[in-house]
Amino acid sequence: MSKVTVPMLTVSNLKRVFDVSAPWLNRILEGKGKSIVRAVDGVNFEINKGETFSLVGESGCGKSTVARLIVGLYEPSDGSINFEGVEIGPAPERARHPDIQGRMQMIFQDPYASLNPRWRVGDIVAEPLRFRKLLSDSAAIDKRVGELLSQVGLSPLDARKYPHEFSGGQRQRISIARALAGEPEFLVCDEPTSALDVSVQAQILNLMKELQRKLGLTYLFISHNLAVVYHVSDKVGVMYLGRLVEWADTKTLFARPLHPYTRMLLDAIPDLDMTGRSRTPVAGEVPSPLNPPSGCSFHPRCPLANERCKREVPKALPVEGGAVACHAVEENRLPPWKTQAAA
Amino acid sequence: MTSPKLLEVKNLRVEFPTRRGTLVAVDDVSLEISAGEVLGVVGESGAGKSMTGAAIIGLLEPPGRIASGQILLDGRRIDNLPYHEMRKIRGRQIGAIFQDPLTSLNPLYKIGDQLIETIMTHLPLNQAQARDRAVKLLEDVGIPSAAERINSYPHQFSGGMRQRVVIALALAAEPKLIIADEPTTALDVSIQAQIITLLKRLCREHGTAVMLVTHDMGVIAETADRVAVMYAGRIAEIGPVQDVIKRPHHPYTTGLMGAIPSMVGKVERLTQIDGAMPRLNAIPKGCAFNPRCPKAFDRCFRDRPDPMPAGKSQAACWLVEEKAHV
Repeated sequence: MSKVTVPMLTVSNLKRVFDVSAPWLNRILEGKGKSIVRAVDGVNFEINKGETFSLVGESGCGKSTVARLIVGLYEPSDGSINFEGVEIGPAPERARHPDIQGRMQMIFQDPYASLNPRWRVGDIVAEPLRFRKLLSDSAAIDKRVGELLSQVGLSPLDARKYPHEFSGGQRQRISIARALAGEPEFLVCDEPTSALDVSVQAQILNLMKELQRKLGLTYLFISHNLAVVYHVSDKVGVMYLGRLVEWADTKTLFARPLHPYTRMLLDAIPDLDMTGRSRTPVAGEVPSPLNPPSGCSFHPRCPLANERCKREVPKALPVEGGAVACHAVEENRLPPWKTQAAA
Repeated sequence: MTSPKLLEVKNLRVEFPTRRGTLVAVDDVSLEISAGEVLGVVGESGAGKSMTGAAIIGLLEPPGRIASGQILLDGRRIDNLPYHEMRKIRGRQIGAIFQDPLTSLNPLYKIGDQLIETIMTHLPLNQAQARDRAVKLLEDVGIPSAAERINSYPHQFSGGMRQRVVIALALAAEPKLIIADEPTTALDVSIQAQIITLLKRLCREHGTAVMLVTHDMGVIAETADRVAVMYAGRIAEIGPVQDVIKRPHHPYTTGLMGAIPSMVGKVERLTQIDGAMPRLNAIPKGCAFNPRCPKAFDRCFRDRPDPMPAGKSQAACWLVEEKAHV
């Protein structure tokens, strides 16, 4: 394709800090300073229309914060989010673009917490329709709700039930129906399947792919499960302590991961073919984001770290198929990646 | 005893009497674990895998109770022991590791005190000896500067470190069997790899048998010797881990394997098992899997299959018998 694709969503130098200091009096009495968590620390990426971009990383790496910043549940501390050429900054600004607000929807992780237990499913799904005044008369709303429910594999009759009458997978379908009600083009999915069993996860992932094909949706997919990410995404970004350490298109990233952290993650996945074989155990744990290491934040766990890594924050270098932020890659100190036995 | 069978579970049935009738959470489950063996138990939420573990260790929550069947440890029946007798076995002979390391540790006691208490309950050691042993155990599970960390409270540890402490607690009295119920589910993948490696190493060194309950087939594949796949309170298939994964005989096992996204090759659609596991109060007649089974035939709706030999495994499926007759 020679056509120049304009990215649907461009995130540049996005930052978000949280003040987690003790109360003022305690700080004075105990002589402590303020403590700031840099949950998202300068993240850049683009998502093209119709694509699925995934963010992976371990707990506390800031991937959910990115999702919440994009949909406007948090205000960015710095940086910009550009949606189809329109700068959508902090929430007050966003109110000026009601159309954009509606074109973006979010699916949450926990289908037990994200549906109001006292509302009927029909009202839950109809809320975006009513809020955005897409339809006004109740017969049309009921009809649309029925359509949406059938679209996600539920029965239109389920509209009369309450969320507790459904299993986890069915509730996640209701969340998807609600997200689709606003006729969005862009869906932010924050760990949509991590609370579900594998067989139900397969159903939901298949449904999401089907909807993407039918409705031309664009997804930002947040997950900690690399196998799921490999299955759904076109491009993948790997986050570590608030920074994007590597991004590439899915095939490239999984075939030749460059960043030592990405390699570590890939090594750590148990595989069905691994019977009897041990995974390379990784030393160390994710450091506290309150007190991140100097330089490259991965250096205490990195087998390739040198003096420079401890001092200097690596910049993202463009490589074939993506970009990577690592001094070892820049200095050509990276050992070749063992190609995994392809079955 | 010459029998190498450490644990034998025979026709175990766990019931929950409720006002609306009796729910059967575990139905006619039989399994064995040899000394030093790792048996994986997989299944989806509500399959009865945790219940089986809880029944073995005698920690069923009332009103749940063992309705019939036997549990034998080293040839001795343990399912009908009085409470104080069972307490001696629990911890001493059977250790337990639960999913959430924060709730399995008492937040008000230093981890050292919790370890020392466990050690002194089960082993004839004095305070100082128990303390030495506690430090040794913490070193064993890979906690750096154990002698100092022993005075920390659970909240001062990260999730992975807490799970290490829980493993140290479970190993404190050198039990012969450990029931590990989803030990890595609450942890990140990189930490999960560390914990699994640790558990494998320790069990090999101590010759401890493990019943590893999890929903993660990947963890089973790399850890277990044999695996039992559970569905709606019954064992659908049980056998050597390679056979069950590579040559599944039960359609549920096949579906479960297909549903796991693979990192090798790329498929457009995952195999999906339509529908959901039946609720305990609405288990279908015949084979409980029949509403979701792509290969169900008339007999599946009539009779309930018991595990029957299929290759090196056993599978509870009428198809196995059909094939044998052809």
